[in-house]
Amino acid sequence: MEHAPAAERALETGTGIDNRKLLMWLFLASECLFFGSLIAAYLVYRGDHEVPCRAGDLAACVFPTDRTVNGVEYEGLFDIPFTSVSAFVLLMSSVSMVLSLAAIQRGDQRGFRVWLMTTALLGIVFVGGQAFEFTEFHEKGLSLGTNLFGTTFFVTTGFHGAHVTVGVLILLSLLVMSFRGRLGQAQSLHVELAGLYWHFVDVVFVVIFSLIYLLQP
Amino acid sequence: MTLSEIRGKKGPGHPEGSARRAGERPHPGPRLYVTIGVILALGEASEVAMFYAGLPQWPTVAVLVALMVVNFFMVVLWFMHLLFDNRFLSSLFVGGLVLTGALFVVVLATLGAGLF
Repeated sequence: MEHAPAAERALETGTGIDNRKLLMWLFLASECLFFGSLIAAYLVYRGDHEVPCRAGDLAACVFPTDRTVNGVEYEGLFDIPFTSVSAFVLLMSSVSMVLSLAAIQRGDQRGFRVWLMTTALLGIVFVGGQAFEFTEFHEKGLSLGTNLFGTTFFVTTGFHGAHVTVGVLILLSLLVMSFRGRLGQAQSLHVELAGLYWHFVDVVFVVIFSLIYLLQP
Repeated sequence: MTLSEIRGKKGPGHPEGSARRAGERPHPGPRLYVTIGVILALGEASEVAMFYAGLPQWPTVAVLVALMVVNFFMVVLWFMHLLFDNRFLSSLFVGGLVLTGALFVVVLATLGAGLF
């Protein structure tokens, strides 16, 4: 009788699902609530940017999009074309991530490394874009403590950016493991788990892009 | 004998289960992934177009939210393989989404008066 390797036998579970995968999905379900809370808080408090303008403090007026208040035109903070490119970059990184998983599952190490490196690079481009955007906003007068709009915006998008950064570090770790010969077809679950995290970070930005950037009151 | 074998499932210890775990179906190939990537890009382009179209607010909100939901589930179902994996994983994630939806409703209903 053929026996499974000891490492595999140790992972047998009652549900037939690998515990690591089960835990990852449980973690992602909890992350839904985490980002859901942040986005809901942003939607509630985003109107706070109008408070200083209503009080007559015109210098403190900071609007997400172009706005006219009391006959005065204000240029909006959000640069939609720029953020659209960032969203596109993150969306395409999801494609390259799933292609890297498909490559390692069929034993194509070269393809896996190329697609994984592409994913990490696209992630770095996204994080760089966010750092640029945050700097621009800060120069235009919006910081974490300016008003509740600034607080909820920076906390929500900042936490997302932190998640992308962690994702990039995980991808680079996998790349190092691969180059050291410690990540083959048999260990493809590691890539699958990293992929789940990466795709989740992508779908969170799909929601952030629509609800925070595009949907205006 | 493991519990999964008693239940007649093909767990990781099973010769076939090593490649494909219980309740899983084969994942799609690169061609489908690229096709979905193109659809996602078109969906996002449509969202940006809606933003600049200058349509009345409610149709814009409805279309933006619909496109967002489509993009969200395309990634979750195909790229995260929820469509092909064990249904228990879908239940877990949908549970999280339902709780998030409830949280949204409660927060916006109590604090978000006159939001839109």
